[in-house]
Amino acid sequence: MVYLTRKAEFSASHYYHNPEFTPEENRRIFGKCNNPNGHGHNYTLEVTVKGEVDPRSGFVVDLKQLKDILHREVLDAMDHRFLNKEVPEFFTQIPTTENLAIAVWRRLAPKLQAAKLHRVRIYETPDLFVDFYGEA
Amino acid sequence: MKAYLTRRYMFSASHRLHSDAFTDEQNRATYGKCNNPYGHGHNYALEVTVSGQVDQRTGMVCNLVDLDAFVEREVLDRFGHEHLNALPEFAGEVPTTENLCTSIYEIVQRGFTLAHLEKVRLEETMMNSFEYAGGQESRI
Repeated sequence: MVYLTRKAEFSASHYYHNPEFTPEENRRIFGKCNNPNGHGHNYTLEVTVKGEVDPRSGFVVDLKQLKDILHREVLDAMDHRFLNKEVPEFFTQIPTTENLAIAVWRRLAPKLQAAKLHRVRIYETPDLFVDFYGEA
Repeated sequence: MKAYLTRRYMFSASHRLHSDAFTDEQNRATYGKCNNPYGHGHNYALEVTVSGQVDQRTGMVCNLVDLDAFVEREVLDRFGHEHLNALPEFAGEVPTTENLCTSIYEIVQRGFTLAHLEKVRLEETMMNSFEYAGGQESRI
């Protein structure tokens, strides 16, 4: 089993707000992130897939295919977007880094064939990242 | 859904690697420059990984404000700009980065109750780092 990680970057804006909370609760729990006009990050995405090395190609996965899937399913949808208003998952869920990692996993996992998705890691800043392994 | 959140912090401290169980020659042979009696310092980079179910109401494993406040108070204020050998935590222990890493793990594991501590990773320099997951295997 070999693990392969592909990195990508995208920039997007978001804000944290739960309509079930009062305005005071929203401000207390989410702090500055509750500003309804949003704020942005340069996200770094790391997608790790695992699989056996194909003896004919020497690949775990064809990187070009992985890159194409990553672009089509994630970057085209999220790069330079306001996540709350433009990415359907976040019409109902708060676009925290945790939920973003889960959303990326759900977009990618069904599209991968030879290699299996192992981990989605998203850096919101260089000092903060979330890992999701598809666990319930 | 279970997710893992990692937060990175920085602190600077000095230490001297010296074991009372060794002779002076053995200390010099074992620790080399790190045995200098006046000590030396590092900029440590600390990564704390916590895990848990993502709270549907907040979208969070735990509120970062709470984790930051805990680590600030219990780890960074305790070790930052200190000579580690002089602290009670290292009274009978050599303040290697291995021991510092497990000490920080124990502090967070005992005191931070808002999420499960998965592991602590500590970089002594850009060239070496240490991880402790409470005796468990560290996950890729």
